[in-house]
Amino acid sequence: MARLVPPPPPEHAGARRPNVWGFMAPPPAFERVETGPYLLRPRVFMNALGAICFAFAFLLPFITINAYVISIATSAVIYIMLASGLNIVVGYAGLLDLGYVAFFAVGAYTWGIMSTRLHWGMIESIPVVLAICVVAGIVIGGPTLRLRSDYLAIVTLGFGEIIRITANNIQVTGGPQGIYGIPKFSFLGLDLSVPITIGGIVFQPAVSYYMFCVFCMAVAVLLAARLAKGRMGRAWKAVRDDEDAAEAMGINTYATKLTAYITGAVWGGMAGVLMGSHLGSVAPGSFVFLQSALVLMAVVLGGMGSTPGIVIGALVISLGPELLRGFGNGRYFLFGVLLIVCMLFRPQGVWPSTWRLPFLRSARVERVDILDDSAGNLLDRTDLTPQAGDDTSAEPQGGGR
Amino acid sequence: MTDAPYPTEPAVILQVNDLAVFFGGVRAVDGLTFSVKPREIISVIGPNGAGKTSAFNCITGFYRPSRGTVIFRHENITGMRPSKVARRGMSRTFQNLRLFRDMSVLDNVRTGLHARLAESFIDTALHTPRYRRAERGSIDAARGWLDFVGYASSEEAFVAELPYGEQRRVEIARALAADPTLLLLDEPGAGLNRNEKQGLAELIRGIQNLGIAIVLIEHDMGLVMDISERVVVMNYGKEIADGTPAEVKADPAVIEAYLGTEET
Repeated sequence: MARLVPPPPPEHAGARRPNVWGFMAPPPAFERVETGPYLLRPRVFMNALGAICFAFAFLLPFITINAYVISIATSAVIYIMLASGLNIVVGYAGLLDLGYVAFFAVGAYTWGIMSTRLHWGMIESIPVVLAICVVAGIVIGGPTLRLRSDYLAIVTLGFGEIIRITANNIQVTGGPQGIYGIPKFSFLGLDLSVPITIGGIVFQPAVSYYMFCVFCMAVAVLLAARLAKGRMGRAWKAVRDDEDAAEAMGINTYATKLTAYITGAVWGGMAGVLMGSHLGSVAPGSFVFLQSALVLMAVVLGGMGSTPGIVIGALVISLGPELLRGFGNGRYFLFGVLLIVCMLFRPQGVWPSTWRLPFLRSARVERVDILDDSAGNLLDRTDLTPQAGDDTSAEPQGGGR
Repeated sequence: MTDAPYPTEPAVILQVNDLAVFFGGVRAVDGLTFSVKPREIISVIGPNGAGKTSAFNCITGFYRPSRGTVIFRHENITGMRPSKVARRGMSRTFQNLRLFRDMSVLDNVRTGLHARLAESFIDTALHTPRYRRAERGSIDAARGWLDFVGYASSEEAFVAELPYGEQRRVEIARALAADPTLLLLDEPGAGLNRNEKQGLAELIRGIQNLGIAIVLIEHDMGLVMDISERVVVMNYGKEIADGTPAEVKADPAVIEAYLGTEET
């Protein structure tokens, strides 16, 4: 703090002025440049990595069309979607939700009822499912989000159970048997329940459905990541890190938490729709607390608030038991031990949100003095530049992240 | 962007009348009255536990006052939600730094711009031109404020990695980003060395030059006497003096509160 603050230029004295973007703020005293090769800039590299992973997942059927592989891959993809939804609630907004599977159930049941009882198609159903998930989010989140941490966890746990027990006991959801015969999607004249031939390649229903799920998952993950980087995402993270400070910044913490909860509900509901069609049936037994715990495990294991983290977490959670199939009945035991070991050695998750790949760390934003000032700015900055420049040129740039 | 530009500001922007807050039997604040004019620098001083921070929390809406009113720019904001108070142009910092630990410095400052960003969910999801404009503009504004407070480390750093003095600067930049008319600083000088305090005094004057009024809680008498135009002294939740630094220094009640009475 030794450096003295340059006095504001005379034009500024007594009245704040908007900057060139219309925000009330002084113009920056330095220019910023991103250093490092273009491809190694974190944003560019991570986007490219995401695109490659998407392409690989999407084209997996060209490597194998083994029915078993495609089936567990579809489940894994749906799990990624679920985890990205729960990540909004737990990872970004910091709300411990132990009943997340309730929204999964709401989505699956709504789609199940609409497709089997009312014979609606996908295009008409999606808005209804969205609306019902939003309502469910408000009904469950509205009263509970006034609570903090542990209390919230208990109440969401309760709501998760209420949804399951209700589904188990009312007629429209088919009671304990649930709903079966849910069709695969058909939309815009493209029916995924029959083999499709495109360019001489035959896509079996399971394969085309898998590709459809990968596409939906990619949209869900991309949207969640984008929301997290925008205005609302910053508000979510602010609420997670310090509720009072967020409130002091003009963020209505209750409304912010509710939007996170509703967004999470929509993600969960859409994953439920996909799962309903994937399995062809929904039953209350699929929505037990263990499911909520597993999705939460995926988020925590991967790294809360981290997009690559939750993808890894969801893959581990959904594929782990399958990969350990060789160990017979002991596989769940072994899986549990592996998870515990993993959390012991890396409690912040496999890929924490603040972690950056080592070879991306050289890229950073550096400050340089403004040299080529346009005439207008020059007036503003004549008093600023010499002082500020002299002082900082000698100071090392702070820790690069 | 601001609802009222500086020339039309009322003559008194903050009027605190007979403010009181009780916790059970504890009278944390008991009858505090003071007012703030535009561009004024006022210090609130008093021994530890005198109720200074409680008074701040009442004014900014974190506590609901048991008695009294707070009028901010002609509007009664008593008992209003802190976020609403903040959106009306009152910004604050906290006694123990309360930055967002898992967010970068730049994002920390950008949360201050939350209420000013015209960016909807759809904009963010689809990266519309409006989103790009809001993001670019908020980054530029946040950088402007970081440069203004003299922050010299990396803007991508996480708060936990920063030296204490830099964290203080980030917190002030974040509060300024909310475009306040009145800035409340709760012990901004705590934990700073002499040199840094000198920088802080300069910074506070710089903020005043922007047309922002400042109320600060401070223990460092040198700093208080140096920069304040008026000083409010509190003890046991009560206001015992209100005047210019020279008046307050000579006030027998203040001397008694700080040094104790002479035993005879």
